[in-house]
Amino acid sequence: MELPKWDNKVQYLLTCIGFAVGLGNVWRFPYLCQIYGGGAFLIPYLIALVFEGLPLLYLELAIGQRLRMGSIGVWNSISPLLGGVGIASMLVSFLVGIFYNTILAWVLWYLFHSFQNPLPWSQCPLNDNLTGYNVECEKSTPVNYFWYRETLNITPDIETSGSLQWWLVICLASAWCVVYICFIKGIESVGKAVYVTATFPYLVLTIFLIRALTLPGATDGLVYLFTPDWEILKNPQVWLDASTQIFFSLSVAFGGLIAFSSYNEERNNCERDAVLVGVINSATSLYASIPIFAILGFKATTAYNSCIKGYVCTHTLCNSKASFVFLFDTNEADSFYISSFMLPHYFLASLPQSASGTGLAFIVFTEAVIEMPGSQIWAILFFVMLFSLGLSSMFGNIEGVLTPINDLKLVPKWIPKELLTAIICLVAFLTALIFTLGSGNYWVEVFNSYVGSVPLLIIAFFEITGVIYVRGMKNFSEDIYFMTGNRPNIFWKACWMVISPLMLLVVLIAYVVVQAQTTPSYPTWNPAYVSKSRVLTWRLKPYPDWVFAIIILLCVLPVISIPLVALYKLICCRIKKSSARTDLNPYCNDGFEVETREQQNQRA
Amino acid sequence: MLEKILVLLCLPSALAQHLCTPGASDGYKVRLSIKTALGDQAYVWNENEMFLFRATLAFAMRTHFNGQMYNVSNIVVCDETPRVSFWFVVTSPLDTSTLVDRKDVEEAVRKSRNRINSAFLLTDKTLEFIGIAPTLAAPVYPDPPPWLIVFGVVMGAVGAGIIILLVTSVLQKKRKKNEKSEGEDDEEDTRVKTVENGTASDGVYNMSFSDDERFTKM
Repeated sequence: MELPKWDNKVQYLLTCIGFAVGLGNVWRFPYLCQIYGGGAFLIPYLIALVFEGLPLLYLELAIGQRLRMGSIGVWNSISPLLGGVGIASMLVSFLVGIFYNTILAWVLWYLFHSFQNPLPWSQCPLNDNLTGYNVECEKSTPVNYFWYRETLNITPDIETSGSLQWWLVICLASAWCVVYICFIKGIESVGKAVYVTATFPYLVLTIFLIRALTLPGATDGLVYLFTPDWEILKNPQVWLDASTQIFFSLSVAFGGLIAFSSYNEERNNCERDAVLVGVINSATSLYASIPIFAILGFKATTAYNSCIKGYVCTHTLCNSKASFVFLFDTNEADSFYISSFMLPHYFLASLPQSASGTGLAFIVFTEAVIEMPGSQIWAILFFVMLFSLGLSSMFGNIEGVLTPINDLKLVPKWIPKELLTAIICLVAFLTALIFTLGSGNYWVEVFNSYVGSVPLLIIAFFEITGVIYVRGMKNFSEDIYFMTGNRPNIFWKACWMVISPLMLLVVLIAYVVVQAQTTPSYPTWNPAYVSKSRVLTWRLKPYPDWVFAIIILLCVLPVISIPLVALYKLICCRIKKSSARTDLNPYCNDGFEVETREQQNQRA
Repeated sequence: MLEKILVLLCLPSALAQHLCTPGASDGYKVRLSIKTALGDQAYVWNENEMFLFRATLAFAMRTHFNGQMYNVSNIVVCDETPRVSFWFVVTSPLDTSTLVDRKDVEEAVRKSRNRINSAFLLTDKTLEFIGIAPTLAAPVYPDPPPWLIVFGVVMGAVGAGIIILLVTSVLQKKRKKNEKSEGEDDEEDTRVKTVENGTASDGVYNMSFSDDERFTKM
């Protein structure tokens, strides 16, 4: 069985870029940019990129390319005590992969529904006796109703589980089938799939950019996004969010990047690759925020114009401050009073939490798409783009699970890799069925906020200290000299030895402290609850204790393997101390020995 | 004598007029917004238009109650305003002093709503019967729903792709096995172990050995 390799350099780069560029670049970065005062946010963001993101990225790519194994093999090679880091990476990749693919299932659901005219989220369905619109839909908006009721069929809170929603189950099954077909031949098929999945989003973003800039109100959104608010730099929360955003955006510590670079040829300039991937990731975030905010500006202007003309406000943004909007009868010529601050800027400023994450894609953006002429095409393009972005990130997650399993040599040789991939996809699909329950969205939020945050920071910290201090800076420099022909310069050395571990530690502690200070709560959608303004919208509720226990378990479970494996290896070593040394030595090569034995057997 | 006849003739209509009051329990308020609906082409509301209204309403009552002969005189109108709104009640054709029940009037109007609207070139929104909610047009739900069709197409393509790829890889492996068994028969004598060292994956890549190679610059 030969070691798999990339067909060419472009495949490798596209795969890494596809892994790094994901849904977060489109729906997390623009939101952060906007709430942290636009242009000023770029400063902490770029500083975090240069001092934290790029060194970590370079480290992972270099170590994977040098040791030519997946995450478990690499850490076992550096030191048997560090084997737990690989297992932690594998567990985190698996846990993140299952909820990430659920989001892709939701994207598929919206994509399938984009082929209808009119779009199903543009109007409310009728109630039972056909005399009016559905009550829940009237109290909120058609877009909210379609997302919370017709897609998720969400329960009032996380404690009510509800039942499996069959339509989500089949969408989830199709998402996993698409992942499987791309992975069927390992990186040979992945390498071909990324030609499409990694480049298509850029094409769609460009089309959206051109379209969005021609919409009325686009400039309002852009001005609002990029107006720098220098005061914001004094707030430590900004620096924390910039660092975490860079860290999670680059997809380090998943083990996927190590696996991808291990399939490279030995003498490849990984320094250039790392800088390229990091810069392209940040540039994509910036590039994506322009059409997103142009479209949000257009949406705000449309809502403002509707309110001015005196029609009943049914947009999300209107409803957020509905007490100031007077509903009035179009037949009566009575005058009404519009509050003086109802300008488009006001609508942008009241962008609630819904402007990030699933709220942006499935509520805010779908509402904007209805107003654009030719809505179906824009909706289809948008959801195919989201699907490509998510799929290329899923490749990294699955690779972070598959390669360590091969490293562990748990699987007997006679099982072909297609079967192994199928088993992994099937297990993941069955585990992800919890996200198709009525309370599924709440569980996705739990996983998103807690699994994909603290464990990754801890793993990254152990990675960097493991390579620099356990393997040694000198050895690592020699590795890089072997691969690229140059030793790493003083900038990289300073970052690896001091700056990056320090930044990671500070970010980790600050993150945990901030999380511990606020009682964790989550937005719920309860049709029975109606706010003072008689409008149905989401409402924050604190997590119950048992969910909190599960959260702690999710944070601790991946990371616990690091000390556990270290302890296990220490105990084993002490027992085996008297037996033959298993260290590698230049004159004892297992491969050579096995062949001579085979030779003897065959000659005999 | 003539005066008595006149009084007798006027009495029913006077009585009926008495039955119609704004806020009557069996009456409905009607509001028309002709200018909003038709803009420049709005017609003037006059006695003739009112006659047409009463006639169409009588038509609606006749359609609903098959057999009962409603006449224009059975529709009594009062409290007209110039922005065109008024109240009406419907008297029974059999006894002009009793009113037809509210529910029946509502059903009759709802049944023929479309005809009443088109007689005046108006819509449900611009010709309002306050209290009678318009029955909204039932939306067309094609069966099977279109999203299932798209899903079927996508899943069919993906499933076919998976099967094709699996079958080709199985066939490839079988072909390799046949070639290998043929190859082994030929090469039994001329095997060179050292050359095959690189492709055999049983060996462990030994870093220290390759490092030595580089350092010993002789």
